[in-house]
Amino acid sequence: MLKAIGVRSVDDLFAPIPAECRLDRDLNIPRQMAESEIVDWFKLRAKESGEGYTSFLGAGAYSHYRPVIIDALVQRGEFLTSYTPYQAEFAQGTLQAIFEFQTMISELTGMDLANASMYDGSTATTEAVMMACRISGRNSAVIARSLHPEYREVLRTYATHQGIPLKTVSFADSGRVDLEDLRKLVADDTACVLIQSPNFFGTVEDVEAIAEIAHQHGALLIVSIAEAVSLGIVEPPRAADIVAMEAQSFGVPLGFGGPYCGVLATKEKFVRQIPGRLAGQTVDKKGKRGFVLTLATREQHIRREKATSNICTNQALVALMVNIFMIVYGKVGLKELAKQNLAKIAYAADQFAKHAKVLFASAPRFNEFVVETSEDPYAINSRLLGHKIVGGLPLKKFYPELGNAALWCCTELTTRSMIDTAVGLVADSERAVRSMKEPEEQGVAR
Amino acid sequence: MKHMTRKATRHISQNESLIFEKSSPGKAAWKLPPLDVPEADTAKLLGKQEREDLGNMPEVSEIEIIRHFTRLSTWNYAIDLGMFPLGSCTMKYNPRVNEFVSRIEGLANGHPYQPEKISQGALRIIKTLSDCLIEITGMDAITLQPAAGAHGELTGMLMVRAYHQSRGNPRKKVLIPDSAHGTNPATAATAGYAVENLKSNDRGMVDVSALAAQMNEDVAALMVTNPNTLGIFEQEIHKIAELMHAKGGLLYMDGANMNALVGKARPGDFGVDVMHLNLHKTFSTPHGGGGPGSGPVAVKNTLEPFLPKPVVITKPDGTLAFEYNRPQSIGRVRAFYGNFGMFIRALAYIFANGPDGLRQTTEDAVLNANYIRKGLEGVYDLPYSTPSMHEVVFSDKAQAKKGVRTMDLAKRLIDYGFHPYTTAFPLIVPGALMIEPTESEPKEELDLFIEAMKSIAEEVDEDPQFVLDAPHNTRISRLDETQAARKPVLRWRPQNG
Repeated sequence: MLKAIGVRSVDDLFAPIPAECRLDRDLNIPRQMAESEIVDWFKLRAKESGEGYTSFLGAGAYSHYRPVIIDALVQRGEFLTSYTPYQAEFAQGTLQAIFEFQTMISELTGMDLANASMYDGSTATTEAVMMACRISGRNSAVIARSLHPEYREVLRTYATHQGIPLKTVSFADSGRVDLEDLRKLVADDTACVLIQSPNFFGTVEDVEAIAEIAHQHGALLIVSIAEAVSLGIVEPPRAADIVAMEAQSFGVPLGFGGPYCGVLATKEKFVRQIPGRLAGQTVDKKGKRGFVLTLATREQHIRREKATSNICTNQALVALMVNIFMIVYGKVGLKELAKQNLAKIAYAADQFAKHAKVLFASAPRFNEFVVETSEDPYAINSRLLGHKIVGGLPLKKFYPELGNAALWCCTELTTRSMIDTAVGLVADSERAVRSMKEPEEQGVAR
Repeated sequence: MKHMTRKATRHISQNESLIFEKSSPGKAAWKLPPLDVPEADTAKLLGKQEREDLGNMPEVSEIEIIRHFTRLSTWNYAIDLGMFPLGSCTMKYNPRVNEFVSRIEGLANGHPYQPEKISQGALRIIKTLSDCLIEITGMDAITLQPAAGAHGELTGMLMVRAYHQSRGNPRKKVLIPDSAHGTNPATAATAGYAVENLKSNDRGMVDVSALAAQMNEDVAALMVTNPNTLGIFEQEIHKIAELMHAKGGLLYMDGANMNALVGKARPGDFGVDVMHLNLHKTFSTPHGGGGPGSGPVAVKNTLEPFLPKPVVITKPDGTLAFEYNRPQSIGRVRAFYGNFGMFIRALAYIFANGPDGLRQTTEDAVLNANYIRKGLEGVYDLPYSTPSMHEVVFSDKAQAKKGVRTMDLAKRLIDYGFHPYTTAFPLIVPGALMIEPTESEPKEELDLFIEAMKSIAEEVDEDPQFVLDAPHNTRISRLDETQAARKPVLRWRPQNG
């Protein structure tokens, strides 16, 4: 090959790099490893990564069963090693899959249309706010404190630099958005109200009441959904203008936080303001049905600095996992799956309530609930860890006002015996605290 | 068929309808275990929030799902089927060991909020990959949080902004060469900057005198790609960096073309202050039909305080932890820690190569591109004679005289069993054919590609209309994109089925 090119050595090909820019030593990185060594190294890391623990964590990342056909299909090289389907004649498989994905997401969210996916729920939510600003021509947002705290952080990063003021609406004793507070905060310059439902505490919001307040002021309503399985049994937020969703629950591994699958869905009239890729149906020269990426004039490779967003990928392969999951469960299975999740949480919340305080009990919830204990939940969790159980997420890091509260999650994979064991250990903690307090109190009385 | 193609041939492929068109009540591919707790009284628990109907969600059996997606998959082209010479996209082989290790129980099922005490393995992966990427780029610090290249760009530019802000003035403008990828200006605008175009010189490089004239204290940064989108190394990169730094500006490097540099040159050594990488390009994580990607951002020490939070630190006892107390941080750009599954794959790739392998990879990538350049020189117009690194850009100048443009040539290439090169980009080359073979291609595949491109050029001479009507061998012919955009049909409905 060198001869064909007409050079003597490969080094000649690197002559364009000025000598002072060249690296004249080996990179200081681990030496080349055989495949068996690579596998061993990662297996060791897996052992140090919580393998074999039972977990009650949710909070935006949920452990649901993943039907095995998902990985069998997404590992087909034609999906795994293909590119963004710009050359439509050669990528109909990916394009049709996206079209089906968009259809099912629209059906489930109650929206008119959905895009081909976004990076994740947090960035989808952020893009939804920027989209609402473009649509309304306004430049401020009211966001629920019960929105996932990390979603709020991501939004704040973008909003700060775009000069979008954010106001935060608190939650009421029910765990739902405080409607009185919301009425005070929404004004005629509000681009959107952003809530999550089921919210970070697992509480299902009264979306219609919130929509009414937002719409009275001409603001849009964005509903963020972090637990997609809820859509099987919880009424979708039809009154919303934009739905921003994290679809990880639909067949995507927890994977220590990613890659996941964000989605944006909206009303027909806003189609030209939605960011991200869209697959559309059309015909070929012979009238045969086919699919293409469409409305590309919104995107960066055409519009450059005037694009609706700088985004130029979706999460195609992860969206394909979601796609297959939605089809496996389908119209009936998704409902039954959601019902099982609901049954587990109802049982777990009842059991916890016998020994500790379950907060926000007056509003409906999906598969998470908040338990307030007398003892610091970090201390309880470290004891649970000894039993190979990861307890609920202590909330004081995000919500100092909730004190010793923790967010517990159950899914269809949580067994009754796991719940009973965890409840037993929490009950032990409550009893221990009580028995410590009682002599003290008696002492004071004396 | 005009000319015969040695790589591809016609083949029976299955027709397949939309999944909704195969649905009928009662079919199912799921089964739940028996419930071990009392059944939920949904009406009581949810009240009016209970959902009744799931609309047009499908009901199909498992074999139908397997066939559905297997059939669809056969309609795609993929690296596993052959060369994918998309310029600036670095479509290299995606090693299967990467897929295997990313699915190891424990790594695949780790919860992002599980205690750090039982997450040391995952943290070790993040730390080891970070260290490797810092060494490869010659930078000082890194974040792996951004979910894709463009997301990394935005993260980098927000850090540029935060840096200038901390010095009292965020500045107003970002300079971007006219050869840049479209995300660069879109990103600068998203970060709140006005975009000012920078002209290339006649050798296809940044015009340093133009830069000197345009650079002033309103300019926050220059976003440069090196090698640039013409596949040309910016030979005056040191001078460019000096010009930027002299007026307090920063040099941002788009790492899309890092596959030309790994083990041979390091951006940190030629004046770059901040850059992003694409793990799905340089570090072999699969493109997956358009994602997921991963876009780490590496910086010099001056920008380290502004990294997104959290960052991974080593505690005095040697264990790893997430550090959140970062007062100057730009904040988060994504929930959790980024596309962790891609970190595993990229690290497996680095392990499989080591220092020698990575250097060899870069050399092979550059060798392959130059081999194609030599093979097609004279057949297609080469607008810039400056030496090529890992990719080469031709133009359709000769073929355009017959009315055949780069997109038409690309469509005909499909018939020959190749994915098209990148068309009509960079914008400074009218009718560009941007070709990046990567190191993965054996000489035999490169020869087939060169032969195909030569054959197409002959076809243009003999019968341009035949090329204009391509592709001829695909399931469907060219699609009506105008109709798709004018009346968008973005979902299936029973009535349009």
